Order: sequence, then structure tokens, then C-alpha cells
Amino acid sequence: MVHRSKKGWERETRGPSLLRFPDRAASFTTTSDAPVEPLYTADDLAGFDPDLALGYPGEYPFTRGIHPTMYRGRLWTHRLFSGFGTPTETNARYKYLLKHGQTGLSVAFDFPTLMGYDADADRAIGEVGKCGVNISSLKDMEVLFDGIPLDRVTTSMTINGPAAVLLAFYLAAAQKQGVPLSRVGGTVQNDCFKEYIAQNSYAFPPRPSVRITVDMMAYCAKDVPLWNTISISGYHIREAGSTAVQELAFTLADGIGYVQAGIERGLPVDDFAPRLSFFFNAHNDFLEEIAKYRAARRMWATIMRERFHAQSPRSWMLRFHTQTAGCSLTAQQPYNNVVRTTIQALAAVLGGTQSLHTNALDETLALPTESSARIALRTQQIIAHESGVVNTIDPLAGSYCVESLTHQMEREASAYIDKIDAMGGIIAAIEAGYPQREIANAAFRYQQQIDQREKIIVGVNDYVTDDSETLQILRIGDEARAQQVERLASVRAARNPGQVAATRAALQSACASDANVMPRLLDCAHAYCTLGEIIETMKSVFGEYHDPGIF
Amino acid sequence: MMAGKRYRILVGKPGLDGHDRGAKVIARALRDAGFEVIYTGLHQTPEMIVSAALQEDVDAIGLSILSGAHMTLFQRVLDLLRSKQAADILIFGGGIIPEEDIVALKTLGVAELFTPGTRMEEVVTWLQGALAARENCQKSD
Repeated sequence: MVHRSKKGWERETRGPSLLRFPDRAASFTTTSDAPVEPLYTADDLAGFDPDLALGYPGEYPFTRGIHPTMYRGRLWTHRLFSGFGTPTETNARYKYLLKHGQTGLSVAFDFPTLMGYDADADRAIGEVGKCGVNISSLKDMEVLFDGIPLDRVTTSMTINGPAAVLLAFYLAAAQKQGVPLSRVGGTVQNDCFKEYIAQNSYAFPPRPSVRITVDMMAYCAKDVPLWNTISISGYHIREAGSTAVQELAFTLADGIGYVQAGIERGLPVDDFAPRLSFFFNAHNDFLEEIAKYRAARRMWATIMRERFHAQSPRSWMLRFHTQTAGCSLTAQQPYNNVVRTTIQALAAVLGGTQSLHTNALDETLALPTESSARIALRTQQIIAHESGVVNTIDPLAGSYCVESLTHQMEREASAYIDKIDAMGGIIAAIEAGYPQREIANAAFRYQQQIDQREKIIVGVNDYVTDDSETLQILRIGDEARAQQVERLASVRAARNPGQVAATRAALQSACASDANVMPRLLDCAHAYCTLGEIIETMKSVFGEYHDPGIF
Repeated sequence: MMAGKRYRILVGKPGLDGHDRGAKVIARALRDAGFEVIYTGLHQTPEMIVSAALQEDVDAIGLSILSGAHMTLFQRVLDLLRSKQAADILIFGGGIIPEEDIVALKTLGVAELFTPGTRMEEVVTWLQGALAARENCQKSD
């Protein structure tokens, strides 16, 4: 049979039909403004070789998934990001979520903790416990995990500037439970590059931050082998308004920066690369998101094998956590957010995620209540047990559209990475404000598209209703700060001041030399030095980073 | 584009939260609409914001807060402005702010608050109107 080309169909069949039924819009684009063809056919996959481009699950280049069994063997980890108020309150929420079938913990810290201030600092006024749980010392960490055996759950901690300190608190809390470090598993986000690019919870300037990160990689590779030392995050880049391509490109460019830094320190790449993990956003555009995850795996495998000459297949695998897009939720008609989150979560699962956070419907208004968090968890369970998509691996492979979008994503993200390489790498690019400006431009463009109704957001710029649905939202009072200040006072009163001074002095000299800071941070934690004290000690050597305020 | 006076606006991010997408989008929209915009960058204290506002001689301050600390931070900025005899500077803001807090903040003296889903043009139009009204009011004093 003669091949009927797509061009032929466009000319002879679609063309005449368009005269009678014209397209609804002049152009069709993804959420990220990437053009989408009316139809994808085999013609769009010219040169596509499934053996090279896809491989098999668990085999290079891992496009189809990192595990040979995927969700038939083990479902993704249902991990809800959660934390508010005091460690006591959050501990109760963790026990509630574990009781309802959550399989991993994920700590949301408040802004004072994220920025390295104690609960009793002036800068913490009004902010303690508001956007997450407050942790000012090891004592708080002990309370946070009271009754939760740290050899039985894995914990992800969203912490960056002070990541090494919070890791030290966590490890010290595990030791106090009698759990050996070799059995402690979890993740610290610890991705400083994306802090300067998008999330803005930094402590030190880029170069000392990278040094601390490499210290953590070296320390954990030896002493805490089950710990993921960095979760290289596109999530916040996307939340700041980037496109899907920018999210992918800047995240992988950050990853390249960390691997490069590890190699420059003299660490063998296969010793630390298997403990690098990733974290992506799941936005509304279903097919675009699936293509992004598949492209990410293929690109990272190639980068690790071809660029860094990693030998171990574990170094080639891009393992990732996904969070549905907080920025996609609307305050208007908030129940619709459950539907948005479901579509996004489904994309993450079809994209082969290892772990997932689903946002609660009220997260655009406040931290979630117990019942809204439960619906978010149930959303994952319904996908896992009712939708059927978990029964076969990478079901969308071979789709003309999905494979085309995956290629397009890879091509455009690679062009960004080439550009960053040409600038001298990610640190130089950040210092020049390049990713920050690209994201600000994309964010502004997206807002214009919504304002001009080029993109429709249901309930916001179309299908608007007057009747407002009011939700019962979680409110955090100022008593959280009072309680934390009180606990901190008793910590300060009970500890040995000589030990505090000695461990801080030892930390300071480690910072000023080439010595690994992690053992010294563990000593500080056990001496009940506070987060603020430790960060102050480190800043005295490393200095501080300030927002350049590019808009 | 505005005819006549070019108003100076300080867009500020008080507190510790790092969510600057909204502040940057608004700063750019105001600049594109003809305002002279100064953006403080992140992690400012109320003292830093007020001192920048006085130094730059601004007509209005827009504060963006997405950390839940809005009751504390707006109050502090308003108090400082009063103590510096600069209460004529127009204060507006935006962020994740529950309805009942919006009512409370307006009672304290915040002129307007914008929440997610607001069109940029809405902010621009409101600010132009509010500044013009303030000017007429000052002229008649």
C-alpha cells in the first residue's frame, strides 16, 4: 500500500473541511505556549528508533521508566508535604496521615526555619508556624518524630539554605531513637541553585553553598547511604512562572552543576550520583507534562553516561518526586481544584514518578485542613487502585503525539543547557541573572495571556460565578510562636554552655578550612545549639546572599 | 499611558517568604503602565521598606505577602509611616489573604488588597484612580 502522507491529508481532507469548520483559535498551544500540531502521525517521528530513544523499563536511556517492574512491583510513594504550627501539632498530623495510608513523610518548614532564624528572633515575628512547622533546635526535631520510628519511614525535608543543619538535627534525632545512621532514609531538598533562580530561601552565596552541598554528598555517601542528598528541583522554577521546557532545562543544568562540583572535589561520580534525586512540577497540560518527565529521564541518562562517564546504571537513572502545581489552583470555585489536581497527578503517574504530593483544594488559601489533605491523599489512592493506569508500564509510549512532544521537549531543553554551558555553567548563569530573567519573562507573558483570555482558567477568566463558596480554612494563631519561644528558652536553660561554645567554635574552623562540616554540625545538634546560632556561625565565615531584585 | 505626573511606586516584599512571582509581575505591569517602579527585592523588614519609601519619595507602597504574616507586617509598616509623618503614602497590597483579614487590614488603613486571580489592569486602574483622588484631596487641604 502506498504511504499516505500527513501533508496529503492536510491538503486534501483537512483543508476543505476547515473551510466549513474553521479552528476555534488562530493557534493551539500548551500551557507553556508551545505550539501543538492538529495531528501527529508517523511522519512526525521520522528517524525515530524505539531501541535508541526508548529502550526498555529499567534499561538505558530509561525513557520508559527506571524500574523494570514499575507500579506492578511497587506503587509510587504517597507523600504529602505537611507541617504547620508547633512540632507537637505537626507530629499529630503525621500520625493521622500515616494512619490513613500515607507511605512517607514530607516536612514543610515555616519561613523562619527555611531562612535560618530561631523562633525567638525579631525577624520571626508573625511568621512562626504559619507556612510550615517551626524547628529551632534538635529538641523540636525530637518532638516532631516522637513515636515515629525513623528506621521505618522515610522523610523528605524541604529545606535548602540551612539544609545541612536540619539534616544534622534529623540524624541526631534518629540516633536518640537508637536508630543507626546506616538505616536512616530520606531526602533533603538541598538544591541551592534553584533557590537563587526561583525559590529564594537561601542562606549563603552560591559558591559556599555548593561547598556545603558537596560536604553533604561526601558525608552521606559514606555514613548515611540511604539518604538522598539533593532533590534537584524544577518545582519551584515552574511555580515562579517558567515554562515546562525552562523547568526541565534549568533543573538538569542545576544537576550538571552539582555533579561537576562533586567531580571537582575528587569524589568518584558513581559514589554520589546514585543518591541525587529530582523533583518536578505537574501542571495542567497533561500531555506536555508527561513528555517532560519522559524527556527528563532520557536526557539525564545521556548526560550522566556521555558527559560525565558514569559507569553505574544507578547513576544514569533519574528518580523523581512530583508535586501537583500549587500555582494552578484557584481561589475562585475552589472545589474545582480537586479536578485539576487529579489531572496533574495522573500525568505524573503516566510519566513514571517515584513519589507524589497532591495538593489539597484549599492550598491556594491556606495550609490544608485534615479533611482537605485526606481528599488529596485519596486522589492518589483512586489513581492507584481504580484508574487502571498502573497495570502496564509507560502506556503512552509510541503515541505519535507523546513521542513527538518528548522529542520537542528534549530538543528545546538541550538548547537552553548549551546556552548555559556557553555562559560558563549554572553558577555563572545565575550570577548573570539569566534563568531569573527568562522565568520572569515567561511569568509575565503567562499573566498577559490569562488577562487577555488567550488562556482560559475556569472560574477565573471564564465560567465565573458570583456565589462564593467559602471554605473552612486552617488558621495558625500567634500562640505557635509563644509556645516555640517557651520551648527554646527551656532548651537554652538546660544545655551545657561550654559545649555549645566549643561545638560552635569547631564548626567555625571547619567552615574556614577544607574539613567536612557535617560531623561538626552533628556535634552542634547534640549540644542543642539552635538553628539560628549555627547559621550565624556559618554566615560569619561564608557571608550572606541578598536578592538582586530583578523584575 | 498616563498623562501628567509620573507617580513613584515602591513594590516591597516584607518578611521571610520567597514568593516573588506576583510582586515582579505587578512591578512590571505598573512600569509598563507608566509608573516609576522601585522594587525592594525579597526579605525586607518593615523598617527597610519604610526607609526606602522615604528615601525614594514614593507616592504609594505595594506590599506582597504570601506567608500568612500579613497582619503583623502591614501593621508595622503603617505604624512606622505614621511615626515618620508619612502616613499620606498610599498603602496597598496583595497575596494570600483571607477575606476577614482583608476587612481588618482596610480598617487599619490599607487602601486596597488584591488576591490571586486579579487582572494586572485592575491593579493599574485602581492605583491610577486612588492616586488621582489622593492628589485632589491634598490640593483641597
